[in-house]
Amino acid sequence: MAAASFSWQRAGAGLVGAIVPALVIMLWQAATSLGWVNPQVLPSPLAVVGKWLEYLLPLQPYHAADGSWLAWACSGELIVDSLGSLYRVAVGFAIGAGLALPLGLAMGANARAYRWFNPMVQLLRPIPPIAYIPLSILWFGLGNPPAVFLIALGAFFPVLMNTIAGVRQVDGIYLRAARNLGATGAILFVRVILPAAVPYILSGVRIGIGTAFIVVIVSEMIAVNNGLGFRILEAREYFWSDKIIAGMATIGLLGLAIDVAMNRLNNHLLRWHRGLEQQ
Amino acid sequence: MNPHILIDGVGKVFHTAGRDMVALQGIDLAIPQGQFVCLLGPSGCGKSTLLNAVAGFAPPTAGTITAGGRLVTGPGPERGMVFQEYALFPWMTVADNIGFGLRIQGKGEAATGARVDELLAMLSLADFRHRYPKDLSGGMRQRVAIARVLALDSPIMLMDEPFGALDALTRRNLQDELLRLWAALNKTIIFVTHSIEEAIYLADRIVVMTYRPGTIKRDLLVDLPRLRDPADASFNALKRELGQLVMEEQQRHHHDELRMAAVD
Repeated sequence: MAAASFSWQRAGAGLVGAIVPALVIMLWQAATSLGWVNPQVLPSPLAVVGKWLEYLLPLQPYHAADGSWLAWACSGELIVDSLGSLYRVAVGFAIGAGLALPLGLAMGANARAYRWFNPMVQLLRPIPPIAYIPLSILWFGLGNPPAVFLIALGAFFPVLMNTIAGVRQVDGIYLRAARNLGATGAILFVRVILPAAVPYILSGVRIGIGTAFIVVIVSEMIAVNNGLGFRILEAREYFWSDKIIAGMATIGLLGLAIDVAMNRLNNHLLRWHRGLEQQ
Repeated sequence: MNPHILIDGVGKVFHTAGRDMVALQGIDLAIPQGQFVCLLGPSGCGKSTLLNAVAGFAPPTAGTITAGGRLVTGPGPERGMVFQEYALFPWMTVADNIGFGLRIQGKGEAATGARVDELLAMLSLADFRHRYPKDLSGGMRQRVAIARVLALDSPIMLMDEPFGALDALTRRNLQDELLRLWAALNKTIIFVTHSIEEAIYLADRIVVMTYRPGTIKRDLLVDLPRLRDPADASFNALKRELGQLVMEEQQRHHHDELRMAAVD
């Protein structure tokens, strides 16, 4: 099966998936056009699309003297907000996952490390990152640092728990085969235990990115004055419900894009994995 | 001449659920270089335990094992193991699986590649070089597992029911392949099986083991000419004789299971 070839079946499945959103949008449009709801509370889809474009496009007309065309094209509020949010997710996730991965590998592979750290992990894990907001502001003030801290925290535990589980579930037969072929210590770890744990680690990464995305919106509502979370809260203060929805739609689209990209990465890294045979 | 593998007074006791289970008791075997030995017996007779002890995965609780004049204290590539579950690394291609042992020994890419090419050809795997194990049939996977062990030129091959999960035709095909390799490469092989026919087809020497505790019930040389014909009268006479021995142990296994079920 060539993935690139056109398939009626796949196209059909795509169309079926579009029916429900189309119906919802039509109903929504009807509700607003027919005056069932107050447009202040629920603006029409067309108004939201209009606002979204306005939010996307640069505020000022283009002047060649001010700099490159690309910088101008990216000067729209929506793009600046999206980049701000994505930047915080990227930095926070990199820190959180970057700390969780080595700790998880150590705790998974070494019983002593597990005994030392597990009680602490179990104690901290149930505390949602949101509960750290007051402390994060106290410690880091306002701006990016508290947001990055909260996102790192949100990404840390899913990656940690899955990495521990991934290393612990490595089938003993691979270890015996590798030791029989002469692998010991670091080689055994890097060439056998780590790749065998990758499916678990990747699913932890995926959950971690999802959590990071939730936390970035919340933290922007509190500690930062740009980003998508900040923008939809700001829009509420001015009763711009169309802008609120436009911001939410952007969050949805970014989340979807990240998930699709993660899925691609998964399929590539796990091309050897049995569970993917049907895809 | 010194035996290639010397199993001297080997015993193994497992401590499980507060009870001691004697898996092996007083096993003495001297295996000369180049001999093809089959360990035969019902499940629970300790044949895999003995093989794992020779491999160095689980040391015996009594006695010693010497291979090539050296005391066995852990696993090592001079005693290559082929597992029933294949145990190929699923994240590596066929070629990378075969080259794994050579790479970790620090052999260069050129030397590893040349050896891998040779083994791919030897085991008719050339077309599968870049495939992952998930895309291979059981027979092909076991060929890769054999090639992976051959790559290291281990003088000793340990095989734990390697063809147990294969269909009859693939099984015969691989048995013939193994005999061909064994004759060409002059390996010493310990091969665990519960198939009497497989043991007679392959082995120079068959060691029948008893059910708990695992001891040697019979140690006999198979002096039928190779390649052996399973339809041959002398093949069948030996099959009948061994069948009786194995069934006695199988009965003990069965009674033990019934007794255990009654206790539960």
